[in-house]
Amino acid sequence: MSEVARYSRRLVLGAGVAMAATVALGAGLGGVAFAADTVKLGVSIPAATHGFTGGIVWWANQAKAELEKAHPNLKITVKTASGAPEQANQLQDLVTVTKIDSLVIFPFESAALTQPVLQAKKKNVYVTVVDRGLTDPSAQDAYIAGDNTAFGRIPAEYIAKNYNGKANIVALRGIPTTLDNERWEAFTGVLKQYPDIKILDGKYANWNRDDAFKVTQDFLTRFKDIDVVWAADDDMAFGVLKAIEQAKRTDIKEVFGGAGSKTMVKTILDGSNPLIHADVSYSPKFIYDAIKMTAEARLKGDKLPATYIIPSALITKENAKEFYFPDSPY
Amino acid sequence: MPSGQTSAPTPVTEAGTVSTGKPARRFDPHRFGPVVGLVLLLIVGTALNPDFATWDNMMNVLTRTAFIGIISIGMCFVIISGGIDLSVGSMAALIAGGMILLMNALAGSVGSPVVVVALGMLFALLLGGGFGLAHGYLVTRGRIEPFIVTLGTLGIFRAVLTWLADGGAITLDNGLSDAYGPVYYGSLLGIPVPVWVFLVVSVAGAVLLNRTAFGRYVQAIGSNEQVARFAAVDVDRVKLLTYGLLGVCVGIATVLYVPRLGSASPTTGLLWELEAIAAVIVGGTSFKGGEGRIAGTVIGAVLLSVISNILNLTSIISVYLNAAVQGCVIIAVAFLQRRRP
Repeated sequence: MSEVARYSRRLVLGAGVAMAATVALGAGLGGVAFAADTVKLGVSIPAATHGFTGGIVWWANQAKAELEKAHPNLKITVKTASGAPEQANQLQDLVTVTKIDSLVIFPFESAALTQPVLQAKKKNVYVTVVDRGLTDPSAQDAYIAGDNTAFGRIPAEYIAKNYNGKANIVALRGIPTTLDNERWEAFTGVLKQYPDIKILDGKYANWNRDDAFKVTQDFLTRFKDIDVVWAADDDMAFGVLKAIEQAKRTDIKEVFGGAGSKTMVKTILDGSNPLIHADVSYSPKFIYDAIKMTAEARLKGDKLPATYIIPSALITKENAKEFYFPDSPY
Repeated sequence: MPSGQTSAPTPVTEAGTVSTGKPARRFDPHRFGPVVGLVLLLIVGTALNPDFATWDNMMNVLTRTAFIGIISIGMCFVIISGGIDLSVGSMAALIAGGMILLMNALAGSVGSPVVVVALGMLFALLLGGGFGLAHGYLVTRGRIEPFIVTLGTLGIFRAVLTWLADGGAITLDNGLSDAYGPVYYGSLLGIPVPVWVFLVVSVAGAVLLNRTAFGRYVQAIGSNEQVARFAAVDVDRVKLLTYGLLGVCVGIATVLYVPRLGSASPTTGLLWELEAIAAVIVGGTSFKGGEGRIAGTVIGAVLLSVISNILNLTSIISVYLNAAVQGCVIIAVAFLQRRRP
């Protein structure tokens, strides 16, 4: 036991010395605006607690592996947190202990993390915020996000077009958040223009297969004539399909998920489920793009555009191949 | 869909059968609080949406209650003995993940999918029992508070599952899904298999609690551990067994859960511990231990899922307020069954 402790203490000391040396070197080479010889990039993301965040963690580590190999003078530290307070603590550690000069952060909550990120920025850390914007945009240098409006708009337009403006829809919602509201408003906003399309109801199923199963069972009990289920998430679509299968309902023609998970894209590619025809992309790969863009810009001493929205696209059988990443867990 | 109509009181009759297993003590109106609450909810549900009182909907609700219900029965023993287990949801998730991985691995070497599924089920029960006994051992021999032991394993079980699943989902092979499916989706005499299992576990639990020496020891330990010790009850052994029993219950619940979606993910069994504990307490078991009711627990579990079922079948209340409605009903029912000081 004590031997291990001694060893690890030595390791920590060693690492500390090495780090101090690098920092001294980095500081010696001057200001922030110049092309840096070494870039220390911190990545702060939510821990893998469901399919989507699992994908986030996988893509972040993928980016670290590829970029560190391509740029020997780039050091990426990936930290995962399971809540906003833990993320704030890790952020402090990244700034004071790891001494990062650039940060890519996927905040748990907008409000709770604005102040911690602002503190980091005051210490000359270049900040790229991903997915959820901060309440004070001056705390970020760049903002990269998926397109939540399109996430709701694309399925709505798709349904309106394919059902000739006439359909009965039931919808699932995620967890009550601004993100979910944006998608919901975009979805309902488009369908308002079609008087013959009825959204029978929308209930929360927490982006979770089990809850989606239960909510769908109850929708099926309640509504006898449904054309389309907007599951609004591929995980939830999975529970929806099971519930429809159990009830042996034949009126439902389509289940529309969301996010473009591996299994869903494969299903579209193979045409293996008669209820699945299309999906909308909202890939966790955007964390990979954000890390890559930030690292490469920083190595060159460039800046990123203030806002960069990664477009969401309609995935159909024709283009599904471009969205299929068999190695990703999501 | 409309294949039956007059089944609104089904859960009541079912729970009534269970309660006949209890010795008749003096009449106490508060004992019937949960039943009254449930009956009121059934009336409200039927009034709000006629589809509520259909046989299919009732069976849906009872089937989805089966997981929490079975776990609650094990939990009832642990709480009566003065303990608690916070880890059941995570445990169910880990057992689900473990058994799926095992079955997928066996599918290659063992020919018959039925045998593979049977082995998987056996593994789930053993794993559950093992986890439960480990809790019991840490609580009795390790002298650690059950709250802390199971709070620790709550984190451990879920983290291990998340790690095994790589943050995504562990999915059962298609061939096995077909062989395993009937365990959740099949039915006997028009009643789904999970409901039968729930019924059997409830009756067994009621008999064990009220008609055996073990049941009396559990209640004695919960009301006064020192006195039980002086009365030559092997307190440690009985406590160890209550945790083991709960573990097996979690195993049974998982065996029923896995064929539903054929997958385990980090959201599997999320907050089941709170639902199970709530079902036990709403059903009239004392949180301090010593006294408890299996029939009440069953009704408590059914009541909790009926609330969310009613909320899903109507849209008179904003979805943002769903949790508030649930909270109000739980508190109201607990008030109905309050005991005198």
